[in-house]
Amino acid sequence: MAEAIFYWQALNRALDTRMAADESIVVLGEDVGLYGGSYRVTEGLYAKYGEWRVRDTPISEGSFTGLGVGAAMVGLRPVVEIMTINFALLALDAIINMAAKIPFMSGGQFPMPLVVRMPGGVAKQLAAQHSQRLEQTLMNVPGLRIAVPATPQDAYWQLCQAISSDEPIVLLEHELLYFSKGELDESRPPPPMHRAELCRPGRNLTIVTYSRMRDLALKAAMQLAETGIEAEVIDLRSLRPIDWDCCVASLEKTHRLLIVEEDSGFAGAGAEISAGLTERCFAILDAPPRRVAAEELPIAYNAALEAASIPQVADVVRASQQLCRS
Amino acid sequence: MESDLLKKMLRDMLLARAFEERAAQAYAQGDIAGFLHLYPGEEAVGVGVLHAAEPADYVVSTYREHVHALVRGVPASTVMAELFGRKTGCSGGMGGSMHLFDRERRFMGGYAIVGETFPVATGIGYAIAMRELPEAVICFFGDGAVNQGTFHESLNMAALWKLPVLFVCENNHYQIGTEIHRHSAVAEVYKRACGYRIPARRVDGMDVLTVHQAAQEALAQIRAGNGPQFIECETYRFRGHSMADPGSYRPRVELQAFEKNEDPVKIAIAETAAAYPSAEQIAAVGRDNIASLAGSLHRGGHISTAHLDAMQAEVAAQVEEAVRFAAASPEPTLEDAQAALDCNRQGEVLV
Ligand SMILES: Cc1ncc(C[n+]2csc(CCOP(=O)(O)OP(=O)(O)O)c2C)c(N)n1
Ligand SMILES: [Mg+2]
Repeated sequence: MAEAIFYWQALNRALDTRMAADESIVVLGEDVGLYGGSYRVTEGLYAKYGEWRVRDTPISEGSFTGLGVGAAMVGLRPVVEIMTINFALLALDAIINMAAKIPFMSGGQFPMPLVVRMPGGVAKQLAAQHSQRLEQTLMNVPGLRIAVPATPQDAYWQLCQAISSDEPIVLLEHELLYFSKGELDESRPPPPMHRAELCRPGRNLTIVTYSRMRDLALKAAMQLAETGIEAEVIDLRSLRPIDWDCCVASLEKTHRLLIVEEDSGFAGAGAEISAGLTERCFAILDAPPRRVAAEELPIAYNAALEAASIPQVADVVRASQQLCRS
Repeated sequence: MESDLLKKMLRDMLLARAFEERAAQAYAQGDIAGFLHLYPGEEAVGVGVLHAAEPADYVVSTYREHVHALVRGVPASTVMAELFGRKTGCSGGMGGSMHLFDRERRFMGGYAIVGETFPVATGIGYAIAMRELPEAVICFFGDGAVNQGTFHESLNMAALWKLPVLFVCENNHYQIGTEIHRHSAVAEVYKRACGYRIPARRVDGMDVLTVHQAAQEALAQIRAGNGPQFIECETYRFRGHSMADPGSYRPRVELQAFEKNEDPVKIAIAETAAAYPSAEQIAAVGRDNIASLAGSLHRGGHISTAHLDAMQAEVAAQVEEAVRFAAASPEPTLEDAQAALDCNRQGEVLV
């Protein structure tokens, strides 16, 4: 049965459901236990499962993520919460050099059932060090899979799937999505974790996006519809791998590609999406692909500058109109 | 202790308290956003340490750094303007509350990734040592930060190369919601420095005089060329971790005990206004302390209630003026942001 709940609650539900079913699942992170998690995702779990399964850690991102790696090698299924993605920079060695490489460099001997969850993106005036989007850094790592849920349903599905998987999986959650509401139906069978979702049909252009930008793209599509442009909107849901087939099928219909990403464009996720789809669809594109991305600037504290630095609905509308005219 | 210095420290503590409480108000009114980490309860640490420093010393701080900047002489107006995100702020509105910088005053920044202050301070110390200058670096950090790898890596290098760094731990017993015994195997933070043979001590961080004296002694050692020093100041924050945190994980009695009995501003007032302890106060502190209080009063001169009131009115006016200045200041533009990013490009056109 479907019910409307918050994104954080969906993640909480996924953890609770899975932890009840499998004793090898442990949650680790700063303030995940007694405090219940900075965004409430682990609320109630400490009381229910105890401190060995819900562990409050010191501020030691490099080592508690690495600890997750070690524990995963011998059969635990750690779900590491890095309080925000900005601190994951200190854990990149564990994620990139260890989690992503140990299964490979051991010649395939070890499973790596590790999930690293982290909130990220531009929230509200948190300034340069707390507004990062690091998908590009992680996308370039063979051995990692990256899920980017944008709705409570996807948050629930993808976290459950990530926990069940023996591969290391990074879940990029968005700080502004935790208190967004959506339907969750736990009984619905999930699509594969990496499958994209066509969330609005259209015929004039395809908008490919992910995470919080999904909502922006859908709003833009509604405005575009009023001006006679029907945009098809695809939420990728996964950044590694990318569901090319879904995008190609759409471009065969629309022949125009707009990519919307919250991160800066240079060498970003959009660059990969653009290259991948140009290679696959060059002959059927009526115009060069276009990207709506953030400014090539760190995020300023000042509110107006912050807003001007990242894509807004109007930017998506404008770029779509220009693309359809070209 | 000289009366002048005492009065200056008291004034800075009053300014610190007034500034932070006013910032909290501005946050509630929507003039300040994002993360706002306030300092009430911990004033004696920043004030005591920084009054022992010389203008040529450097300061490296965390996201809880407004007061460090103020004591260092960064004008309240430009600190408040930064909190408001204005162009006139000490970081041009780019940094906000967690990233105050003032090059002229050698305020080398507020850093929001826990553990970043250690390597930055160590690097500045390296430059000072190499040039054989009589300067020092003061490195602030919390009790939670000492579990970050950079702490251990930096302390080792600082000790190995005898770098002029004063490590100051502001131990408020919490890493957001996690109490120190739940985040550290060794809760006596100063003992960690022993592993790197750095002289370390723990002091009462609620008492500005004690902190000041410890910092003075440590800085004298550093200037004598003896390498890094470490001071752990035991303190307490009266508010939540940031404005986003109600702090409800802390036992109410704990908070009340600290606020009632250990308010560093009240202690400083009592110390400065030693000429006028009430009969109950004298009874409460006991015999020896009366003698020392009387002694410091005799040596240090004193301050009247009227003087204290005037001081409080003065800092209140200064803070109000800072808010007025911030509110009337212009916002930075995208061009300003670009200029900040390209500040070291020296006009070179790349593409
Ligand atoms: C590397 C890193 N991890 C986590 C955080 C989130 N965070 C901000 S402050 C803080 C607690 C720091 O505690 P402490 O060092 O004791 O300083 P205090 O805030 O108590 O002054 C945490 C976990 C961060 N900013 N950086
Ligand atoms: Mg602390």
